[in-house]
Amino acid sequence: MTKVHVQTKINGDAVEFLADPRETLLDCLRDHVGLTGSKEGCGTGDCGACSVELDGTLVCSCLVLGVEANGKTVDTIEGMATGNDLHPLQRKFIEHAALQCGFCTPGILVAAKKLLEVNPDPTEEETRYWLAGNLCRCTGYDKIIRAVMDAAAEMRQEVA
Amino acid sequence: MRYHTPSTYEEASAVAAGASGLTRFLAGGTDVLVQMRAGMVLPDDLIDLKKIPGTSEISRTEDGGWRIGVAVPGIALGAHASLKADWPGVVEGMELVGSTQIQGRATLAGNLCNGSPAADSVPGLVAAGATVEITGPDGSRTVPVEDIPAGPGKTNLAKGELISAILLPARGQNAGDCYLRFIPRTEMDIAVVGAAVSLRLDGDTIAEARVSLGAVAPTVILVPEAADAIIGTTLDDAALSAIEAAAKAAAKPISDKRGTTEFRVEIAGVLAKRAAKIAYARAKGETA
Ligand SMILES: Cc1cc2nc3c(=O)[nH]c(=O)nc-3n(C[C@H](O)[C@H](O)[C@H](O)COP(=O)(O)OP(=O)(O)OC[C@H]3O[C@@H](n4cnc5c(N)ncnc54)[C@H](O)[C@@H]3O)c2cc1C
Ligand code: FES
Ligand code: FES
Repeated sequence: MTKVHVQTKINGDAVEFLADPRETLLDCLRDHVGLTGSKEGCGTGDCGACSVELDGTLVCSCLVLGVEANGKTVDTIEGMATGNDLHPLQRKFIEHAALQCGFCTPGILVAAKKLLEVNPDPTEEETRYWLAGNLCRCTGYDKIIRAVMDAAAEMRQEVA
Repeated sequence: MRYHTPSTYEEASAVAAGASGLTRFLAGGTDVLVQMRAGMVLPDDLIDLKKIPGTSEISRTEDGGWRIGVAVPGIALGAHASLKADWPGVVEGMELVGSTQIQGRATLAGNLCNGSPAADSVPGLVAAGATVEITGPDGSRTVPVEDIPAGPGKTNLAKGELISAILLPARGQNAGDCYLRFIPRTEMDIAVVGAAVSLRLDGDTIAEARVSLGAVAPTVILVPEAADAIIGTTLDDAALSAIEAAAKAAAKPISDKRGTTEFRVEIAGVLAKRAAKIAYARAKGETA
C-alpha cells in the first residue's frame, strides 16, 4: 500500500506525516503525530470524542481521512491552553467538576470552544443542541452545561 | 485503496468508469467512512470530489434558482441567508442531519446518493422540484431528484456517473416549503417518518403543490395525490383531512424497531398535514 505524504498545519505548527489512504485523521493524529488528546469513542461519528477543527470547521476526526487534511489546518485539544495558562473553558470544567473519567472532555472542550466563537452568548438550549453530538457516559451533562455557560459569561466580561 | 483527487467532473467520471473494483465518491464522508469502518464497503477506488473547483459554492442561476455544489456541507446551507429565505424547507431538512460535527461535513448529494429511504434532506428537495446535474461518460444530463434513489442503498446512476450539482428552481412569489420528521429523541436520530410540502398561493388559494414522504417506502416518494388534495383549496379543515388521508394511503412502510407499519402510516398523515400548514404560513410571509 503506497503511503501518501500529507502536509498540514496542526495547532499552528507545520506538520508532515505519511498516511495510508484508509487511515482516519484521528488515527494519524494519535499514531503518526503523537497527539493522543483526541479520543476514539465510537469511530462512527456518534460520540464526538474525536472532535477537532479542520480549516476552522468543527468535525469528527474519525470521519475524515488523514489524506483529506493535506494542505489544511487542524486544531486539536493540545492547542487549547496557552502555555501553562488554561483556556477559560478548561478552568471552568475543573471548577465545576464537569468531568469524571475525562474521556469525552477533550472533544467537548474543542466543540464548546467553537460554540463560543460562533455564539459568545448562547442560551442553555443552544448549548445543549450544539453539543448534542458529544456523548458523556459519566456526568449526566448538567455540570458540563453549567461549566460552558459560566465560561461564556466570564469570556464576555473579559472582552467588554 | 487508491485515493483520487480529480480536478474536474469529467476526470472523476473517467476514473469511476475505468475502475474495475468497488468505487465510491467521497463528499463529506459521513456515510462512506462509517461503512468503511464497519467493513461493509471497502472501496478499491475512492474518488474525492472536494478538489474540483466550485464544489463548495452556492450560486444563483440565471433563472433565479440556485446551484449548490456537491461538497457544500449542511453548515454552509444553514449559514446562507438568501437560500434559506427562498427554500427554508430544503435547508431545514439538511440541517436535521446529525450533529454540529456532522453538519461540518455532510452534503445534500451524499445524503441523496447514499440512498437511505430516511435521508432527511431528500423529501425537501423532491417537494421543491429540485433536479440534479449528472456528469457521466456520455456527457451531462439533468434529472429530477426523485429519479435518483432506486431502493435502500441504491441509485439509478450508471457506472461512471456522478452528480455534479444540485439545482433548485426559482422560488417566486407567495410560496413556501417545509420539512418535518418524527424521531423519538430531539436530535441525532434516524427519521421514523419524514414529510415535506412545497406550495404556491394565488391569493389564499393553493395554486401549486408538491408533497414528498420519507421512510415509508424503499425510497423517498413523491405523492401527487397528496398535492392534489390541497391544490385549489385554502387549506381548510376538509383539505387538511384530505392531505392526511392521501399521505396515509401512499405510505407503505415496514415495521422495525423504530416503528410499526401502523404507527408510521398514522404519523405520515399527521406530518403531511403539519408540514402543509407551515408551508402555507410561510407562503403568506409569516415566520413559522
Ligand atoms: C452520527 C451521524 C448522524 C447522522 N444523522 C443523519 C440524519 O439525522 N439524517 C440523515 O439523513 N442522515 C444522517 N446521517 C448520514 C449522513 O451524514 C448523511 O447521509 C450525509 O448527508 C451524507 O453526506 P456525505 O457528504 O457525508 O456523503 P459521503 O459519505 O461522502 O457519500 C455518501 C454516498 O454518496 C455517494 N456520493 C457522494 N457524493 C456523490 C456525488 N456527487 N455523485 C454521486 N455519488 C455521490 C458516495 O459514493 C457514497 O456512496 C448521519 C451520519 C452520522 C455519522
Ligand atoms: S470517535 Fe469520532 S465521533 Fe466517536
Ligand atoms: S466524563 Fe466520562 S464520558 Fe464524560
